[in-house]
Amino acid sequence: MIILTVFVLISVSVPFLVTHQPDEADISKRLAPPSRTHWLGTDRVGKDVYSRLLYGSRISIKIGLVAVAGSVLIGSLFGLLAGYYGGQIDNLLMRGMDILLALPSVLLAIVIVTILGASLTNAIVAVSIVYIPQYARILRAAVLKVKELEYVLAARAVGASDWHILLTVVIPNCLAPLIVQATLGMGSAILDAAGLSFLGLGAKVGQPEWGLMLRDHFTLIRQAPWTVLAPGLAIFSMVLGFNLLGDALRDILDPQVKTT
Amino acid sequence: MTAYLIQRLLSMLLSLLGVSILVFWMVHLIPGDPALMILGERANEAALQELRQQMGLDQPKAVQYARFLSDLSRLDLGRSFRTKGLVAEEIGRHFPPTAELTLAAMLFAIVFGILAGVISAINRGGFWDFATMFGALAGVSIPIFWLGLMLILLFAHQLDLFPVSGRLDALLDLEIERRTNFMLLDTLLAGNLAAFADAVWHLILPAVTLGTVPLAIITRMTRSSLLEVLNQQYITTAYAKGLSQWIVVGKHALKNSLIPVITVIGLEFGYLLGGAILTEHIFSWPGIGSWLLKAVEARDIRPIQGGVLFIAALFMSVNLIVDLLYAYIDPRIRIQSAAV
Amino acid sequence: MKRLAFLTLLLLTFTIGISHAKPRAFIFGRGGDSVGLDPAHEEDGESFKVCESIYDTLVQYQDDSTEIEPALAESWETSADGLTWTFHLRRDVDFHDGTSFDANAVLFSLNRQHDANHPFHQVGGPYIYWTDTGLAETVDQISRIDDYTIQITLTRPYAPFIYALTIPAFAIVSPTALKKSGEDFTNRPVGTGPFSFVRWDRNEKIVLKANKDYWGGAPGVDLLIFRAIPENSVRLIELQNGSIQAMEFPNPDDLPLIRQDPDLNIIEQAGMNVGYLAMNMDKQPFGNHKVRQAINHAINKNQIVEQLYQGLGIPAKNPIPPNMWSYDQTTEAYTYDPGLAKQLLSQAGYANGFKVTLWALPVPRPYIPNGRMLAEAIQSDLKQVGIQTEVVSPEWGTYLEKTKNGEHDMAMLGWSADFADPDNFLYYLLSKSSAKKPAGNIAFYRSDAMQSILDQARTETDTTIRTQLYRQAQALFQKDVPWVPLAHAKQIVIARKNVRDLTLHPTSFKYLRHVKIKAD
Repeated sequence: MIILTVFVLISVSVPFLVTHQPDEADISKRLAPPSRTHWLGTDRVGKDVYSRLLYGSRISIKIGLVAVAGSVLIGSLFGLLAGYYGGQIDNLLMRGMDILLALPSVLLAIVIVTILGASLTNAIVAVSIVYIPQYARILRAAVLKVKELEYVLAARAVGASDWHILLTVVIPNCLAPLIVQATLGMGSAILDAAGLSFLGLGAKVGQPEWGLMLRDHFTLIRQAPWTVLAPGLAIFSMVLGFNLLGDALRDILDPQVKTT
Repeated sequence: MTAYLIQRLLSMLLSLLGVSILVFWMVHLIPGDPALMILGERANEAALQELRQQMGLDQPKAVQYARFLSDLSRLDLGRSFRTKGLVAEEIGRHFPPTAELTLAAMLFAIVFGILAGVISAINRGGFWDFATMFGALAGVSIPIFWLGLMLILLFAHQLDLFPVSGRLDALLDLEIERRTNFMLLDTLLAGNLAAFADAVWHLILPAVTLGTVPLAIITRMTRSSLLEVLNQQYITTAYAKGLSQWIVVGKHALKNSLIPVITVIGLEFGYLLGGAILTEHIFSWPGIGSWLLKAVEARDIRPIQGGVLFIAALFMSVNLIVDLLYAYIDPRIRIQSAAV
Repeated sequence: MKRLAFLTLLLLTFTIGISHAKPRAFIFGRGGDSVGLDPAHEEDGESFKVCESIYDTLVQYQDDSTEIEPALAESWETSADGLTWTFHLRRDVDFHDGTSFDANAVLFSLNRQHDANHPFHQVGGPYIYWTDTGLAETVDQISRIDDYTIQITLTRPYAPFIYALTIPAFAIVSPTALKKSGEDFTNRPVGTGPFSFVRWDRNEKIVLKANKDYWGGAPGVDLLIFRAIPENSVRLIELQNGSIQAMEFPNPDDLPLIRQDPDLNIIEQAGMNVGYLAMNMDKQPFGNHKVRQAINHAINKNQIVEQLYQGLGIPAKNPIPPNMWSYDQTTEAYTYDPGLAKQLLSQAGYANGFKVTLWALPVPRPYIPNGRMLAEAIQSDLKQVGIQTEVVSPEWGTYLEKTKNGEHDMAMLGWSADFADPDNFLYYLLSKSSAKKPAGNIAFYRSDAMQSILDQARTETDTTIRTQLYRQAQALFQKDVPWVPLAHAKQIVIARKNVRDLTLHPTSFKYLRHVKIKAD
């Protein structure tokens, strides 16, 4: 929680905290070790690692938020429809989800990004698509459980519309597992997007994205370890932050599995 | 049980058909001319035309898909245009290294995961519990491509304890006939113990890299499901009978808490196949992941189609096996799904 | 417990490993595997690298220069009109499969590429080099005079012809083996070269063994193994640990480490290549001559090359490399002068700069080891004079497709010599006729003057006159500046100290037959 608060604060106030512009290169000062002017040293073309790391936190949080929001929205919609209406719709949607689930997520994401072209936006889209089935399943399971509850049956008996029931009764009841999963999903999304960037399928040359920074400096680990350690630790701690938060939320919101 | 199996197999076949359509269209949506990709900087129009024609790329898409399906029904995945090799053969050659790596990673994860989970559950609330749980959380948060390089740097380079990459010392390899391309098996079949030891030695770092995430997940799962069991009546009874903690946990609780762990293990296989792509890349491991990545980069259509389908089929089969195992252990599942 | 088991394993490895004599093996680490080993169909360097040790060509380069010397052809004559070439073949050569080499083998190897009606023409894919080097058009007929004499007739005089014959794609293959294996020949190659094929574990290694009866003398090692290790830094660690004996393509930034390592030698050789930044003259503002000059002045080429190549390259000023004959030493390089660049821009009407795309090579190529890093440096220099760039770097296939079709504003690309003739660079990269899409001339530089110089030089057979013409071409290039010529990369191999007689060659990979390994 604390880690995350720090990250969010940092990403909001980036312009005040940085010492250099993230794309300001001075090739004569490349691979300089940490010093008073460059707190975390410089990278392979002489850009300031510390400033790029800070700008990168914005990108990573954005990746996490957008990707998760995308898969939560679409996944929930699918899950709701499938769970609530059942029958053919359920069959069709869930079969589709099964097909997506039949492929390892990294592989699927690679293929999707290759089709759409390598860019950060497309990496986000790919990660989003990959995680849709998870949310669809959670929502569907929750809807199935809620649907048979007495007050839902009652609401339907009084003639409430489907949408009304979905919005006022079903959704609020499914929120808890969804929030937990989404928080944990932020971590996975950030990791996956970084992995794509690492394979050269994400951020564009020069963008201060952590996965890309790792890719670009991997080979320099022996000469300039700070260029590799810094973004690696940054990814690690941000993902750890989301996972800790997710765990805590699960304990609070989901009493059934409190023992975890 | 048989009815259940047949039902599952049918639905798997249907899903595979879905995957085949998905894969075919996805591959053909990939921008970049495969013919140009093969020819490189020196491509000229005449050579391009000729190659496209040979590759069947000048045919309408529907014709291409029909041809793909009809070949597929005869289990013929075609030939790669880049390497000229039969795709089925290439899968046969590249799958064993991945399987070997995946199984080793899984073994590592299961042994240490269950061990850590038990330790953590027994010491619930204590220091070791906290340490293991934090370690497990860290394990799922670490980028594995980063972990892999750190391990190489530390253990292979600085300490010089392990080989850096590859599967076997190049010279030892010459003495080994690749019958199965499972290196451990081949070296044993050849009766060459030195080579076997060398193969194990090469396997350790990549397996640890790949196994870290499942290790963390299995640890957590073991802990939570063990705790749940430990809270139940009969355990309390066992304690009341004066049995020692190790006997209670080892004999009664652990067995019952393993069911959810098995599910997780099954699910993790899918993750491993994906994670293997990154691990293989870093350790120059000639498995199906790096093979497929190369095919995607090269826009080599047939290997992509064949490879993705193969992995999907494999993944589904693993899931099926897990479900069967599950149904075998817990009869309630069988009845439930039969009812659906 | 684990450690104990591990130590036992170690011990076991050692004791058993020592107990029998090892063959002398030279293991060469490289960045990627070969695509195929049927030379006629290959295009990439990784394939040729191995092919050159398995096969021979009719003529080859001398070990230490780009002069031609006899190989499978002992001698040859040209008719006075330059149209008929007669080759006398070596009589004592066998293929690795035991069949003997003669005129029929040459005819088979070349006619399957040339003659569309040849029974094996359709086998294995297109013949990229045959069409690309112009041989497809210039060669009229290849015929047999007797068992050890063949004749090639040309449709028109073609000066680079004899140089072109050194290209490994035109190596002589065993007809018997190819007829037997068909398409699969690429996976079980048979030639006459210093090494014969043993086995290929794809994406791992290719194993060759010495051909003791090689006509040029038996090679210095028993086994030659090419291992594919994609990560440059991992490859270096393998070399330092001694599990490979030599490697190529180190990261430029690893060079200081390598120089410090007492076990390693750096072996280098000027490469015959050029890396350049093409400005698409079909698009504004690059149609404007002053803008192109401004960009040449805005990029701090010397510093970039010094810093990013770390001594692995030299800054370029001409479109051909310094070790190519006819290279013009006197060309005056564009100086780094951002002030002048700004001035030129405002004269051209772009005082406030402009925004363009900068295409960065997505894969390491011999001429530009790291395109993305180079792009970041150029991006920063151009920003200084007010030019905003968006770096675009799609994967390799798309990159080639789109640059050949002129979708870029500025794009990096390069060229490595197929053979030592300036025509091989200039005609493909800068003639008007290769500015047709899909283009080799991706600056879309359409100069009639350049075209006529290059056409003339191509058919002229007198080397002095050709040198004059290529000097003119360089002067014209300097004036019109369709590119920013960036760098000529050096070839470099890092070897362990016990490796002897490893000397590189600017265009050939044949030298591995001389390598010896001294016992430590």
